[in-house]
Amino acid sequence: MSTKVVIKQSTYFDSVSLMSLSTKANQIEGVEQAVIAMGTEMNKEVLRNVGLLTPELEEAKTSDLMIVVKAATDELCESAFLKIEELFKNKGVAKGTSDIKYPTIDSAAKSIPEANLAVISVNGAYAAREARKALDNDLHVMLFSDNVSIEDEIALKQYAHEKGLLVMGPDCGTAIIGNVALCFGNSVRRGNIGIVGASGTGSQEVSVRIHDFGGGITQLIGTGGRDLSEQVGGIMMLDGMKALDEDEATKVIVLISKPPAPSVEKKVLDQIKLCKKPVVVYFIGGTEESVVAAGGHFAKTSKEAALKAVVLAGADESTINKRALNIPLVEEIRAKLTPEQKYIRGLFCGGTLCDEAMYIAMDKFDNVYSNIQKNPDYKLKDLHVSKEHTFLDLGDDDFTNGKPHPMIDPSTRIARFLQEAKDPEVGVIVMDFILGFGSHEDPVGVMLPAIIEAKELAAKEGRHLEILGYVLGTDLDSPKIEDQVNKLMEAGVTIASSSTNAGLLSREFVVKGA
Amino acid sequence: MSKINELFNSKLNVINVGIEFFKDDILKQNATATHLEWKPPGGGKPELITALDKLEDPALLEKIEAANKLAVERIVNSQPILIGFDQAINCVPGMTKTTILHSGPPITWDRMNGAMRGAVTGAIVFEGLAKNLEEAAKVAASGKITFAPCHEHNCVGSMAGVTSASMFMHIVENRTYGNIAYTNLSEQMSKILRMGANDETVIARLNWMRDVLGPMLRDAMKLSNGIDLRLMLAQALHMGDECHNRNNAGTSLLIQALTPFILETNFTTEEKREVFDFVASSDYFSGPTWMALCKCALDAAHGIENSTIVTTMARNGVEFGIRVSGIPGNTWFTGPAQKVIGPMFAGYKPEDSGLDIGDSAITETYGIGGFAMAAAPAIVALVGGTVEEALGFSTKMKEITTTENPNVTIPLLNFSGIATGIDVRNVIQTGILPVINTAIAHKEPGIGMIGAGITYPPTEAFEKALLALSDKIS
Repeated sequence: MSTKVVIKQSTYFDSVSLMSLSTKANQIEGVEQAVIAMGTEMNKEVLRNVGLLTPELEEAKTSDLMIVVKAATDELCESAFLKIEELFKNKGVAKGTSDIKYPTIDSAAKSIPEANLAVISVNGAYAAREARKALDNDLHVMLFSDNVSIEDEIALKQYAHEKGLLVMGPDCGTAIIGNVALCFGNSVRRGNIGIVGASGTGSQEVSVRIHDFGGGITQLIGTGGRDLSEQVGGIMMLDGMKALDEDEATKVIVLISKPPAPSVEKKVLDQIKLCKKPVVVYFIGGTEESVVAAGGHFAKTSKEAALKAVVLAGADESTINKRALNIPLVEEIRAKLTPEQKYIRGLFCGGTLCDEAMYIAMDKFDNVYSNIQKNPDYKLKDLHVSKEHTFLDLGDDDFTNGKPHPMIDPSTRIARFLQEAKDPEVGVIVMDFILGFGSHEDPVGVMLPAIIEAKELAAKEGRHLEILGYVLGTDLDSPKIEDQVNKLMEAGVTIASSSTNAGLLSREFVVKGA
Repeated sequence: MSKINELFNSKLNVINVGIEFFKDDILKQNATATHLEWKPPGGGKPELITALDKLEDPALLEKIEAANKLAVERIVNSQPILIGFDQAINCVPGMTKTTILHSGPPITWDRMNGAMRGAVTGAIVFEGLAKNLEEAAKVAASGKITFAPCHEHNCVGSMAGVTSASMFMHIVENRTYGNIAYTNLSEQMSKILRMGANDETVIARLNWMRDVLGPMLRDAMKLSNGIDLRLMLAQALHMGDECHNRNNAGTSLLIQALTPFILETNFTTEEKREVFDFVASSDYFSGPTWMALCKCALDAAHGIENSTIVTTMARNGVEFGIRVSGIPGNTWFTGPAQKVIGPMFAGYKPEDSGLDIGDSAITETYGIGGFAMAAAPAIVALVGGTVEEALGFSTKMKEITTTENPNVTIPLLNFSGIATGIDVRNVIQTGILPVINTAIAHKEPGIGMIGAGITYPPTEAFEKALLALSDKIS
């Protein structure tokens, strides 16, 4: 056993620092006992108690620093001393507390008076409370969280309405405010078209088509899917319409939703009559007469909604590339399919994209099944087995159930795709690939190996496997849409230029005897 | 212009709660976004969220805010004055020759931890109620001793808090509201009764304190018009103390104020010399003094209907208890006492530590100690080692408090006042617990202090308090 003592005369350190240093010194490898302390009577007493007080140390003064190390060997003692010297030099690294963290919306709002919107994506059980806190602080709210009760939704929206604030959501995936996309959104040009959308990917699609047609967006207000239900009564769509009608930069308003409750549809149509600006209405599966009667512009498809909006906003229709359906392509694909290959299988990440394609198919077919079919006769009984024409919204709770959304985690779709690709009755598999903020960084890339595998399998079996892909995104989005499209084309995937065209092409490929 | 149209026309400035990459995407688009360090309120417990929701009902909220405003006004406006020293039997309400006061919420002899048992038996010997420690343990268990929390007798006691009839007490009067608080004298460091040590040297020191130090301080203060402790506390913070674990400046200021009067007492020069040597032997001399100041101010804020302000945090080594202004009297909300993490004296290991103990958390309840770490950069080793961390602690405590005390300020935080008025609702809402600087006593009786560090209360104490407040306030 070896003990080494060093006394540094007139060297002052405060006792707490020294206790901390002693603690660290005792953790040095090989150290049996280490004491670093000022030469006070009390500290000498401590040394005496542990049998380390030497005559030399007994002479130390209150102003002297005592360093005592006991270790198994002289070498270990020496190396420990070097490390202790290092400890004295090491002042530690600041942990960046200057970067202020706020624990609550209240404290953040008080400290940041310029804050004007809260984006809330906490677990649904806590979301309503946080949204209320945001409204208390005069913040507009984007409520991404789902599993918020309809009662809470109504209370929040009524409160927001009274205060003149927005509550976008719950379960609102997309919005563009002041040219900033929130949560899931695409980079689109600033322009003069305002959107109020109750369906997330539908709103994304229309904003992207407007951009593609050369137009641009002022604001995209999401309302959440239940806003146009009987209970909620369209509070946010009506407030959104009024605000866009008052907004100087907005020249045209586009409304997007799944079919609203009849009483709410009437409220919305009444509001259209009061609007100073043209209003384009795209209610998926909706009818034209009531919209036209209210003075609105009816759109049957998302593409038509975008086109009408761009033209109403002042674009010269003759200069727009409308991306007309490629009729020769339809003939070519039909020729490749055998009589047994007669069904469409749609595997969608975007709920509204699924809905749109499904409605287009329903125009010509009766036997269209889905997990999101309204008509119970055509709701898929077994979600794992497709039946005739089947359209799956893989982002629906039916499939997510605790898993991340397929826009982020593609595993569910890959498995289902491989299953469909083996079915000899399948004429075409149609899929969407959504780019932009919040989405997967390479949605095509993760799907490619499965596509290549399926194509090879079909080739071996001597049948054509038609895969139709639609990439939702703009030239401003990340990853690059051009690269994503090229990858699909190289793998032999046919490309649709819009959600609407994806629906139309898939239907036309399998229409027999046309 | 409607607020929605204002939003369209202003620069987007987002507060993001939940998924962090939404903030990153917003920043990429050159907008401003602040991500919250958010936790589910009440740790996600539905009954706590319901209670928070209930207390946010506008009618109740108005009452609570008014009550809390009054409570913190009373804390801030309290002017505690040291008016004298005397033996507990002469001044402490309800004191008897067989009463032993202890720290924290109520506890019986059989449940006391090692340090408190050591202190209790030492005090019994000191009071002459037993010949030796062995006999003292029997007396303690016999039922002849009345045990009670210091807090229930207008007192506070550091560590074990053991206070008996003959001990000399600080007497601190609230010049604004008239109430009085008491605490006994520092035994300095470190093998001392309050830390659980109890051998002859400890008892001898207590005897000297009873026979020389206490009477001298008593006589000295008779010559004084009172010492304004709040003023002195404010100075001490400016001189680098947080007045819980660092008392270098405060002790100098206090003895400076006492010295002229001590010199005029009828004690011998030798005795005076002993007293000055004793004071100089440890910076802790003024530690209890600040505790009495805090107790004096907080008692003035206790018992205000509908108030959710914490007026007491105290530990008995087994349980941590809090009292809340809106629930008057001696209702304690408790949870298990926690470990104290920090540097230790040579030769001791973390497993030697007793659990958190003492009434000294009254300092944090007032806004000093751990709450004022930013005032004491010299002892940042306690909280991890950097000045930034110390600043962070003091700033963070403002999230759970109601106001800042303009009378006691922190230079490094641009002279902002200490965080004052812990609100039970804020603690449950944010999940941020009050940070407490404290000493570590050995878990066994008879040993004493072995280190110092920081600790936190158990969340349960605040959860129980919130539920009780939610039941009571209507």
